[in-house]
Amino acid sequence: MQIAVEVCNVSMTYQTPEGEIHALKDVDFTVNDGEFICIVGPSGCGKSTLLSLISGLLKPTGGAIYIYGDRITGPSRKAGYMLQKDHLFEWRTILQNVLLGVEIQRAVTPQVKEKAIRFLETYGLYEFRDKYPSQLSGGMRQRAALIRTLMTDPEILLLDEAFSALDYQTRLAVTDDIYAIIKKENKTAILVTHDISEAISMADRVIVLSHRPGVIKKIYNISLTCHKRSPLSSREAPEFRFYFQEIWKELDIHV
Amino acid sequence: MSEHEFQTGAAAATEAPISAEHARYLRKLKREKAAVRLTQILVLVLLFVLWEVLADARIIDPFITSQPSRVLDTIKTLYAEGVLFKHIGITCLETVIGFLLGTVLGVLIAVALWWSQFFSQVSEPYLVVLNSLPKIALGPVFIVWIGAGPVAIIVMTLAISLIVTILEVLNGFVNTDPDKIKLVRSFGGTKCQVLTKVLLPASFPNIINALKVNVGLSWVGVIVGEFLVSKAGLGYLIVYGGQVFKLDLVMTSVVILAVAATLMYQGVVYFEQWVLKRSRFI
Ligand SMILES: Nc1ncnc2c1ncn2[C@@H]1O[C@H](COP(=O)(O)OP(=O)(O)O)[C@@H](O)[C@H]1O
Ligand SMILES: [Mg+2]
Repeated sequence: MQIAVEVCNVSMTYQTPEGEIHALKDVDFTVNDGEFICIVGPSGCGKSTLLSLISGLLKPTGGAIYIYGDRITGPSRKAGYMLQKDHLFEWRTILQNVLLGVEIQRAVTPQVKEKAIRFLETYGLYEFRDKYPSQLSGGMRQRAALIRTLMTDPEILLLDEAFSALDYQTRLAVTDDIYAIIKKENKTAILVTHDISEAISMADRVIVLSHRPGVIKKIYNISLTCHKRSPLSSREAPEFRFYFQEIWKELDIHV
Repeated sequence: MSEHEFQTGAAAATEAPISAEHARYLRKLKREKAAVRLTQILVLVLLFVLWEVLADARIIDPFITSQPSRVLDTIKTLYAEGVLFKHIGITCLETVIGFLLGTVLGVLIAVALWWSQFFSQVSEPYLVVLNSLPKIALGPVFIVWIGAGPVAIIVMTLAISLIVTILEVLNGFVNTDPDKIKLVRSFGGTKCQVLTKVLLPASFPNIINALKVNVGLSWVGVIVGEFLVSKAGLGYLIVYGGQVFKLDLVMTSVVILAVAATLMYQGVVYFEQWVLKRSRFI
């Protein structure tokens, strides 16, 4: 199996006037082509930092990162981001929003526009193409945000707590929806979250990070017996609770 | 409430056939609005009538307070002398130029400050001092440097409105969600693209706000400038009228000024709506 992402002994230290902040220490893992990886850890343990490193927005202070064998040295277009909020621009229509990434990359052509239209058709947003984000539901907005990312043909998707701004009900539905699209488009994905259930429901593997400095505490292979895997059906699987308890114990959450 | 009732209720809110209750509510709303507008007009008319009558009855001294009929006469005289539109025109032109320059330069400087962390840190104490300094104090300096003329007046206007614009626009930039910037950067966006794709459109409300504040400030700048330079314009008429005790002239200029300032403010409001509609902002 081809390796999509290699994170080799990555460390990250932030320099601040108050002192050094060791965000990540010797983080080492690989992601296979087409795999769905979830990273869980307490807040402030360096999850967002890790994604910024993989996307090339930040440079690690130690170690190296490779995407399909190419070393990441600066902002790269190989990774597509989805952030906590959908960040659709209120002053752009849905179609214009979806084209934002390609527009920034100066790659808008009639074919690309057609592709955007096809995406919108496939994922039920075609009628909304000339509407503004505020006229869409939370789920549709998140879908539009994903299409915006997919338009730039990223090799891997990085989702930074992509669903945590949604209320619980919507979140279950949107998670299912986005998961289906990612699978249909055959994308490799790394999702960071502090929600254990969400991680188990989507992941092929769950990586547990410790408190700061984030080090990998354990990696779980998630294998669930369910008929057709989706985040919702995963939650019905008999093994779900077992994984939940294991990861809960590993995270060592105190209040 | 049954599901059926609920649905018809929801439909009534959005579609043509409105319930009698809603129609009543809309009528009431309209009536209230009309009442407010009517009272506003009435107050204005009453004020002018009172002013006129009291002055006629010599309860107030029209030599000091002037009166509406005298204001009209003054306007007619100015018009007959052919200087009415000259004075109005000069003042308005100075204001518009000062206003536009203040806005454009303010936005440009805000962009420059955002662009260079170093430049921004260096200029911070200067901005603080300039912001708290009463810019009017600089008036005589400008006149000596630039000479008593329209240019000095425009510079005065600039001095008053520029700093406010810079700070307001910068405020918009700073308050833009950093994740929006991260998003653009993750697509490989350059600093310039961050500016054009996110910061400027996201700060549009701040820019409009600065425009609205600047309309008022520009008038202050121009009138103060004309007070100091005293060659032509409404500010000149006010100063001149005050000096030779022609209060009719002073009041007339003030009334014209009020109308002109209001028109300009409305102009900005229309501009805002026009831009919103054109780019179809919500
Ligand atoms: N730009 C930065 N400068 C200094 N410290 C930072 C910076 N970004 C993040 N940190 C610190 O690094 C740690 C990890 O942050 P982050 O990756 O955002 O955590 P998480 O996403 O897991 O909540 C936090 O303690 C945070 O305060
Ligand atoms: Mg985070």
